[in-house]
Amino acid sequence: MLNVGKIEEGYVLDHIKAGKSFALYEHLQLAKLDYPVAIIKNAKSNKMGKKDILKIECDLDSIDLDVLAIIAPNITVNTIKDGEIVEKKELTLPRQIRNVIRCHNPRCITSIEQELPHVFVLADEEKKIYRCKYCEEKYSESSR
Amino acid sequence: MRHLMSPLDFTTEELDRLFDLANDIEKHPAKYAHACDGKILATCFYEPSTRTRLSFESAMTRLGGRVIGFSDAASSSAAKGESVSDTIRIISCYADICAMRHFKEGAPMVAAEKSGIPVINAGDGGHQHPTQTLTDLLTIRTMKGRLSGFTVGLCGDLKFGRTVHSLINALVRYDDIHFIFISPEELRVPDYITDMLKTRGIPYEEVIRLEDVMPRLDLLYMTRVQKERFFNEEDYVRLKDFYILDRYKMTLAREDMLVLHPLPRVNEISVEVDSDPRAAYFKQAQYGVYVRMALILTLLEITV
Repeated sequence: MLNVGKIEEGYVLDHIKAGKSFALYEHLQLAKLDYPVAIIKNAKSNKMGKKDILKIECDLDSIDLDVLAIIAPNITVNTIKDGEIVEKKELTLPRQIRNVIRCHNPRCITSIEQELPHVFVLADEEKKIYRCKYCEEKYSESSR
Repeated sequence: MRHLMSPLDFTTEELDRLFDLANDIEKHPAKYAHACDGKILATCFYEPSTRTRLSFESAMTRLGGRVIGFSDAASSSAAKGESVSDTIRIISCYADICAMRHFKEGAPMVAAEKSGIPVINAGDGGHQHPTQTLTDLLTIRTMKGRLSGFTVGLCGDLKFGRTVHSLINALVRYDDIHFIFISPEELRVPDYITDMLKTRGIPYEEVIRLEDVMPRLDLLYMTRVQKERFFNEEDYVRLKDFYILDRYKMTLAREDMLVLHPLPRVNEISVEVDSDPRAAYFKQAQYGVYVRMALILTLLEITV
């Protein structure tokens, strides 16, 4: 088993579907930040068989993790302080997300207008429904 | 600066003010004949729609303003590949207000984000057509004196008809509305509409035959059932007469029921119904001009 050392302060994103950690790395725009990050792929998991893990050594609340509530709602987000898990972070659905998910409605203006951001707005918090800001098409798992 | 993208952009109080203004324009047209002197409306129609475009042009002309524009994408810069964002930036230099119809859903919103002038959505694909809904509401309010307390029958293609969806969304903001959806199985209202009605506790029924519910209706909103929407010819032949409004079906209706239709009508309303005093669909076209006049004045913040 591969061993990656403990982090002092930051987040451990656990139970990521195997192979999906790079996508989360990109969505969180970690490449643009100067924090140490460990990406662990295909780790053994009793629950999932295989899983990915992301460890991010960073100041707490310096990264907006809420986007994970949409793209990876089933992962576990552990908040680490002084080397210990202090909280399993509850993610709140962001009101609006920009360029994270794409509108796949072929009739939508985003399909032809150059450089138009793909913006989705939280339409129903309870049912976790996001709609494209422009055409109001519902975002669904299958269109991901 | 305000735009109109959806009929829900205006509160019901704002709609009341808009409709009061439209009614005043109807009564005193001369008072408004020069309200927009020196102003220019750009009609940017990326797909043809004669009635809506002429209605906007008539509205601006009756206010004393002038109109520039194009009536299909082939004669616009879109044919050269210009984006909506760039086009509206240019149009903002030429005109004071813009009415945009586009085949892509959300295009007028993109325009509104980049525009220096008010933008009116004049129809975007199958998405929204707010000035049609404002026309429908003004017609109902003027002819019935209110927008609440109705049993509203919506008949025909309730699945794909955007005017139907918009009207339902607009009417749910008023009290005591009961919907009766009259359509073949294939063309029932989408689930997101019935889900919304359930959540808000608004009563609705879904029926197949228009005849059965005629006596209960205060308003009947007709739409066309297109042959190509059916899975097979047999079903179409079997069902099409259910959705044709004729003199016989009108005998079942209340004396004060109103028949509305977004037009164009093909054969879903027999011409023999046109002379019935309850047929309001041609008056609707007239109210379409008044409501667009009121909208132009409101968005340009011109008071008379």
